[in-house]
Amino acid sequence: MSSYHIEGSTGTWEIVVGLEVHAQVISHAKLFSGASAEYGGEPNTHVSLIDAGFPGMLPVINAECVAQAVRTGLGLNAQIHLMSRFDRKNYFYADLPQGYQISQFAHPIVGEGKVEIELADGSVRHIGVTRLHLEQDAGKSMHDQDPARSFIDLNRAGVALMEIVSEPDIRSPEEAGAYLRKLRQILRYLGTCDGNMDEGSMRADVNVSVRKAGEDYRTRCEIKNVNSIRFVMQAIEVEAQRQVEIWEAGGTVDQETRLFDHVRSETRSLRSKEDAHDYRYFPDPDLLPLLLEQDWVDGLRAALPELPEAKRARLEKTYGISRYESGVLTVEQAIADFYETVAKGSDPRLAVTWMLGDFFGALNRIGATIETSPVKAEGLMELLALITDSTINGKIAKEVLEDMFETGESASAIVERKGLRQVTDTGAIEAEIRGILQAHADKLAEYKSGKDKLFGFFVGQTMKAMKGKANPAMVNELLQKLLAE
Amino acid sequence: MHDLTLASARKALRERRLSAVELTDHFLSSIKNLDGDINSFVTVTEDQARASARAADALLATENAPSLCGIPLGIKDLFCTNGVRTTASSNILRNFVPPYESTVTSNLLADGAIFLGKMNLDEFAMGSTNMTSAFGPVTNPWRRKGSDVKLVPGGSSGGSAAAVAAGLALGTTGTDTGGSIRQPAAFCGITGIKPTYGRCSRFGTIAFASSLDQAGPMARTMEDCAIMLESMAGFDAKDSTSVDRVVPRYEDALERGVKGMKVGIPREYRPDTLPADIAALWDQGIAWLRDAGAEIVDVSLPHTKYGLPTYYIVALAEASSNLARYDGVRFGERVNADSLDELYEATRHAGFGEEVRRRILMGTYVLSSGYYDAYYLRAQKVRTLIQRDFLNAFENVDVLLTPTAPSAAFAHSERPTDPVQIYLNDIFTVPASMAGVPALSLPAGLDHDGLPLGLQLIGRYFEEETLFAAGRVMEKAAGFTHRPALHAGAIA
Repeated sequence: MSSYHIEGSTGTWEIVVGLEVHAQVISHAKLFSGASAEYGGEPNTHVSLIDAGFPGMLPVINAECVAQAVRTGLGLNAQIHLMSRFDRKNYFYADLPQGYQISQFAHPIVGEGKVEIELADGSVRHIGVTRLHLEQDAGKSMHDQDPARSFIDLNRAGVALMEIVSEPDIRSPEEAGAYLRKLRQILRYLGTCDGNMDEGSMRADVNVSVRKAGEDYRTRCEIKNVNSIRFVMQAIEVEAQRQVEIWEAGGTVDQETRLFDHVRSETRSLRSKEDAHDYRYFPDPDLLPLLLEQDWVDGLRAALPELPEAKRARLEKTYGISRYESGVLTVEQAIADFYETVAKGSDPRLAVTWMLGDFFGALNRIGATIETSPVKAEGLMELLALITDSTINGKIAKEVLEDMFETGESASAIVERKGLRQVTDTGAIEAEIRGILQAHADKLAEYKSGKDKLFGFFVGQTMKAMKGKANPAMVNELLQKLLAE
Repeated sequence: MHDLTLASARKALRERRLSAVELTDHFLSSIKNLDGDINSFVTVTEDQARASARAADALLATENAPSLCGIPLGIKDLFCTNGVRTTASSNILRNFVPPYESTVTSNLLADGAIFLGKMNLDEFAMGSTNMTSAFGPVTNPWRRKGSDVKLVPGGSSGGSAAAVAAGLALGTTGTDTGGSIRQPAAFCGITGIKPTYGRCSRFGTIAFASSLDQAGPMARTMEDCAIMLESMAGFDAKDSTSVDRVVPRYEDALERGVKGMKVGIPREYRPDTLPADIAALWDQGIAWLRDAGAEIVDVSLPHTKYGLPTYYIVALAEASSNLARYDGVRFGERVNADSLDELYEATRHAGFGEEVRRRILMGTYVLSSGYYDAYYLRAQKVRTLIQRDFLNAFENVDVLLTPTAPSAAFAHSERPTDPVQIYLNDIFTVPASMAGVPALSLPAGLDHDGLPLGLQLIGRYFEEETLFAAGRVMEKAAGFTHRPALHAGAIA
């Protein structure tokens, strides 16, 4: 349990946060039309007459979007509603062509579920999901292109969104961040949303209130359309602080919609409850209730990919890696896949150490991702094999890995080209050691008089003389023997 | 030529006794001569009609002529027609030219039909008089005996009904939300059928109330309607509420007769205020069916009295949302203003007529927070009860027979100033719309003023064939050959 609190002048405050996440569904076509749902494109090029709300145009549900919502529901351990319904949410805006948004108000396709989050101190919490429903996105208004006129781009109008509503279970900015990261991870695993907050394919509305221990909920404010996890965490912090100050000054917090300004690090009122729209929801008469077959849902369930928690547990069990390591390896599916490829062909412990250490270090240095890495799983596997069969030692391997990132050559090619093959010939190592002991007779004498620490000095000298290629275990063993003579 | 039905024209075209060009020219010149007094067309597509007629003649010379090849029709100006202005009789769409074709008109075109133009209607199909059109009212071609007072054609498909009655088209398309095909058909002495909800695609038809809107044919005879409906109907993947069922050959059902058929007479359709002429004609209709071998059964549809108020809640709620897209932003007329909200207000105030504005306001009201449960939600529950009334009745009977409207056509000047009085025109047609069951109106006789009166047959879901069979029996018995004062034949 997180121990985030705000210490006010009248006592300690707890924060209560619920998140509404809008996640754009990955699909070729829009929710109710055949137009492309692809991001980008010249303005108004991905628009059908249906999206533009022309007279007599009718919506037809896209089955793939429905499947994506059900997959997401299953991934959130949520109840799938075999009967759901689309409603119209009526309001006027220039980028809302029909004058209403088709959404699911009374009967969402997915009901209650939960998301498990892990915090920095290793504790685990479950955040409830209230519901997930499908709805259309609106278009985009551009007010900064012309001094007198606004322009409308309808490319996004009608694209399918999943609105995922959490319970007010979140108690700290950290938990909010962990929840969003976990949700995004699950969506990406499922392939139902790319989770790209920069492009707006995942956005969050943040509901924040504060209370003292044991109290009921106090009035909440909704912060609209926050588009990065960091901003969500900041917005919660400053909004909670603002509310505490109001309560403590004897005021009351008004229920309203606010905007987060990350530059000034403050939230500002957008509209009060009195100005709230009356959306006049009613069932869309152009669409029949959405009825799903249990068999179809079961089929989707059977075809779901392995999800992060299950994958973590399996990796730990199969490869003997730690909870921390499994967490890092499963952040993205591609990393886990990469690891498993390597682990199957090498020592799994060696594989995790190398991936989490030098391999990720090299990726970060060149700004690559697992997908764009110049060193593929097979390449890393070959390198580890060279270590395991004592062709090279660990130190040399680091050098080889860097070379692989730079040149794209294979590990063995680099070892051959640079002559890095490890020396395992005991005779050669012994000869080298004898030479060093002779050259450093003074140090040898000191050692023999009890200065044990000099053992490391002799190891270093030997490795240096052999350009690092000596087998370290053999060096240790031979040195012990010769020093004892 | 002016007394042709669609079926007889089709035969004459097939037998090459008549060319599509001749036929089309005849209707175009009749429109020129008469429509100045009727105003049934918003747009006449003369050049396109002639070009289509020439193409039809070429096709008629081969073995491959489709079912409606060379047949001139009028299209209610609520169906979007590719490249042809489509207005919904509203100022807001005064210059709107859709780049697409509705599914119903696509089906008719694929079957070779020729479009003479677009028919006038109540603005956005909202009305029962055709007086709310931004293109002026339609005048009913009928006159009272010895009177020159201009009468309404009914609505909303008033232009469609008047044109068929006056011989300006062999058939027209209509749409029916609460009676918009059947009531004008009755007022103008023609036949019209509202098929089962879901039978005709709504794709490309400008929406009034999505859960009620249904396209259907309007023509002189049962046979003509059967021919047209077969072409218009069918499943359409572009309309989620269209139903995937085979379209039967409706013509084959026409002569099935009514022997053994059970005909229900709902007692709630006989209010004390029902005019004597209508009550008498209804009894006459009952007698015709009984004489032809049907069994007459008294039935009850207990929730009938809730039909009208419930309809006006559901239909207007949907309309308030459906018409939100006419905002001046992407298409249609725009009145520029300094802010977006002002642009909406100015555009929609200038673009919508009084009745449309009234209905949008009422629909907005019944959906508003705090009123939704009391109005919309309750109306939906009552709608279920109305549906159940019909399902219960249809356990014992095959069709229901009722009057179509509570009066004959009335004068423009007699139009009630109280909108609710106008809404009462739909009292007999609305329940079938609320239930989604098919219903037709046929001309059964004249009242004491010499104006046509209609009778309504209501059937089970997707049993339009039963309606055609029973309708054909009544049509033969009625022998309705009267023609209105304004008729192409009268001046030809």
